[in-house]
Amino acid sequence: MKEFICTVCPRGCHLKVDENTLAVTGNSCARGVEYGRNEAVNPMRTLTSTIAIEGGIHRRLPVRTDRPIPKSKIFECMEIIHQCKEKSPVKAGQVIVENIAGTGANLIATRNM
Amino acid sequence: MFEYDLAVIGGGPAGLAAALSAYENGIQKIVILERDVELGGILNQCIHNGFGLHRFGEELTGPEYAQRFIDRLKDTAITVMLGTMVLELTSDKTITCVNKTEGLFTISAKAVILAMGCRERNRGPIGMPGDRGSGIFSAGCAQRYINIDGYMVGSRVVILGSGDIGLIMARRMTLEGAKVLAVAEIMPHSNGLNRNIVQCLNDFGIPLYLSHTVTEVVGRSRLEKVVISQVDSNFKPIPGTEKEFECDTLLLSVGLIPENELSRKAGVPIDPRTNGAVVYDDMQTETDGIFACGNVLHVHDLVDFVSAESEKAGRNAAEYIKNGCKPTDKTGAVVIQNGNGVSYTVPQKAVLSRVEKGLEIFFRVRQKSEKSVIEVKNNDRVIAAFKRDFLAPGEMEKITIPKKLLEGCEGTITVSVGGAK
Amino acid sequence: MYDVAIIGAGICGASAAYFLAQRKLKICVIEKENDVAMGTTKANSAIVHAGYDPKPGTLMARFNVRGAALIKELAAKLSVPYQQIGSLVLAFDDADLKLIHKLYERGVQNGVPGLQILSAEETLAKEPNLNPTVQGSLYAPTAGIVAPWELCIALCEVAAQNGCEFKLDSEVTAIENRQDHFVITTVNEKIEAKYIVNAAGVFADKICAMAGECDFTIHPSKGQYYLLDKNQGDLVRHVVFQCPTALGKGVLVSPTVEGNLIVGPNAELDNQRDDVATTRAGLDYVAATAAKTTTKINYRENVRNFSGLRAVSDKDDFIIGPAAFSPRFINVAGIKSPGLTAAPAIGEYVAELLENSGLKAEKKESYIDIRKHIVFNRLTAEEKKKLIKENPAYGNVICRCNTVTEGEILQALRSPLPPRTLDGVKRRAGTGMGRCQGGFCSPRVHEIISRELGIPFEAVELDRKGSRIVIRDMNKEDRNV
Repeated sequence: MKEFICTVCPRGCHLKVDENTLAVTGNSCARGVEYGRNEAVNPMRTLTSTIAIEGGIHRRLPVRTDRPIPKSKIFECMEIIHQCKEKSPVKAGQVIVENIAGTGANLIATRNM
Repeated sequence: MFEYDLAVIGGGPAGLAAALSAYENGIQKIVILERDVELGGILNQCIHNGFGLHRFGEELTGPEYAQRFIDRLKDTAITVMLGTMVLELTSDKTITCVNKTEGLFTISAKAVILAMGCRERNRGPIGMPGDRGSGIFSAGCAQRYINIDGYMVGSRVVILGSGDIGLIMARRMTLEGAKVLAVAEIMPHSNGLNRNIVQCLNDFGIPLYLSHTVTEVVGRSRLEKVVISQVDSNFKPIPGTEKEFECDTLLLSVGLIPENELSRKAGVPIDPRTNGAVVYDDMQTETDGIFACGNVLHVHDLVDFVSAESEKAGRNAAEYIKNGCKPTDKTGAVVIQNGNGVSYTVPQKAVLSRVEKGLEIFFRVRQKSEKSVIEVKNNDRVIAAFKRDFLAPGEMEKITIPKKLLEGCEGTITVSVGGAK
Repeated sequence: MYDVAIIGAGICGASAAYFLAQRKLKICVIEKENDVAMGTTKANSAIVHAGYDPKPGTLMARFNVRGAALIKELAAKLSVPYQQIGSLVLAFDDADLKLIHKLYERGVQNGVPGLQILSAEETLAKEPNLNPTVQGSLYAPTAGIVAPWELCIALCEVAAQNGCEFKLDSEVTAIENRQDHFVITTVNEKIEAKYIVNAAGVFADKICAMAGECDFTIHPSKGQYYLLDKNQGDLVRHVVFQCPTALGKGVLVSPTVEGNLIVGPNAELDNQRDDVATTRAGLDYVAATAAKTTTKINYRENVRNFSGLRAVSDKDDFIIGPAAFSPRFINVAGIKSPGLTAAPAIGEYVAELLENSGLKAEKKESYIDIRKHIVFNRLTAEEKKKLIKENPAYGNVICRCNTVTEGEILQALRSPLPPRTLDGVKRRAGTGMGRCQGGFCSPRVHEIISRELGIPFEAVELDRKGSRIVIRDMNKEDRNV
């Protein structure tokens, strides 16, 4: 039995997930079931960070993955993010890195700059 | 001298939502006064996701959430003054401002919305003794250095306070190569959101020391060492429980304080429980035509609630202006009080006769509890009860008392947690 | 070859430099820290004492009374915040009442004007927030409050304009006494000077011993303080003391020139010379002791704690005069309270002592003795408008707690002795001194210092050497921390 705090909403249900049957208890909604199962099998996270930018109002451009990536891939993605550099102007949603670290997610800018 | 129908002080999430809502409710001449070089306020440096779940059903980052509101400004006639600091506000709604292009100037408005946000508590109020070298930052200040300016503030980090900013910074520093050694929290529970405990600490194996505080800070030039100790139930450090951490950085995430210096100078009464203005159900303060919303009113944990509250303030400010700025009839207003287990309520007063569908009350509880009932009493009579599976001080609660249950209420309405002392 | 080298850029060294620089002399000030006013001068009660406390006939009595008058004059000339708010020494029992009468007599002997013994009612009428068990007080109308580091900085800036050289980051490691001059070795260079003024504060005995035999020792006494928010600043309107004890003048409660409330200090004898850490025990003692004066201080409004070292020596009085080993080596040592008040008078006297030791120098035909210093917040609306029109940087508010503008930061950075650190700017412009303690403005001030002085952002320091604020430019590819 694995235990997690559900983060789907601020309520923070304390979930218990049976590793064999993937039965979830302690949830208050259906999204909790999905969350609990995913945490037990393949936890996913949206990665947010910043990259270097030239000519912008600030020196760093905020970025994120456009969908959750495996938790285990976070630091590999950060290595790539550290090498990124953009020139202003950049549009929110603009793809900075396609399929970052083979995760299937794109790294996108999260603001205009 | 500039004249506007509505002046909104602050261009963060509260000010943006309030101004847009007033505009959509028919007010044309609106100015947003923002001291920074861009709109968006603190959201610009909150690059993490998790914003907008309630409002947009999506997980946005801070800049994305801000952008949604900023984009809507384009289609309006709202004036935005950036780099503009408000130096003074008077009860007759005259605002003294300063910026580089206009110099020192005044704005006269029919209504004012206070949306100045909050500031971080720092070392002073918590009386942390020790050396005064560099490497000690409020978490938000470090966040600015890293996320906006692009400079890493340290490599070995201790964080005091498990508020959301502290937790978010624990992850952020870790991702950028720092080692976060500990998060110490003086309370027996964290005030941060659960998702942040999970995704910012547990994901990276960062230990959270509950009922601990910093008792020694060593390093005359740059921070060298931090000592934390366990505290007893009176928050006094227990000798013999010291843990030492060699580190170059200490981040303080020890609470936020609504920034009400302008409000105080204008004579707007402040509630010592929230450190924000006393407001009515329409978000109007005791001073006619001055409204307040967002973190300057009370510290929120979700920006979604800030937006909703601010839209209400904007809508009501619009009504106030459209009705010819007549002083509100406050006769028969009820006082809303925090009862057992509740630390404050917003609003603090309400004119029940104008409530349309129901009376919304925001509040915080004092302790964690499960399977609780929130009781609402008028004087000694229970008028409503709301079941909650889970309550925590770190998560703001909201109840809406249906209009029909408010019939005949007068005097005091008390919100309490059933069974709490 | 300098005529005079002053060792130490605290308030005493600065005062000596100010007066000596008006004469036809080649002088320098040697300071081990990266700015002036870095020792006791920046961490004390910031009080201008009236002068009833020192024993008549001592140097302390003489320079206190003269200094109090001089500070008033200098503050006006140099645009340094100063307010003559008067002081009260509270008596809570018969022994205290006896003592305040004794202080009154002493004050009269020392030539302190306007002293009065007040009844309990008169005391409470002046200060309604005091502990109502007060029995009476000694009122000294000539006491005041001043910004000590600003006074020191102003004196140094004017001295620099009059030709005095400042050698910062220059710790003295050796002094050689040649026949008619000294050779001072610092970590950077060798400096030759005919005369030395030793104003090295808590290190004065060490400096003296480098040049010859030293017949005194310094035993720093640490004092810890609370500085409370401006919303507490009007709790009292005078400098309020309790009766002095053998340890000193005790814990005082006073407004500051910035409008904050200062509470402290305690006295911790024989402290280490570089230990200015605050401690829980020390701060608790201060709060507990101050409660006798008033119980109305709200410590949740504390913005900052700090501590400073009093340069207490093994002698009862200030040590001011030529060393036994050489008339060309003037000690200005053991300058404990009322050192800040006395400093300008000491500076004046040092010039006299040097003359007695053979250094005759006329006054220059022309010299500067005033300083203009803009504080945006203190200007009238019309003055503010005019100023921003001339220089739009004054329209850009950087520190929102104290309304400090970019213009004032640039004024500091372009002054005759430009600071290079955040705290250096803070001491000159007041940034980061308010409620948020720089939480909001630090990165912005940081950026202006970097831009204006051409220092890489990551090299800008908070205060003393080694106090870098950020460790790495994230935009640079070399990621080795």
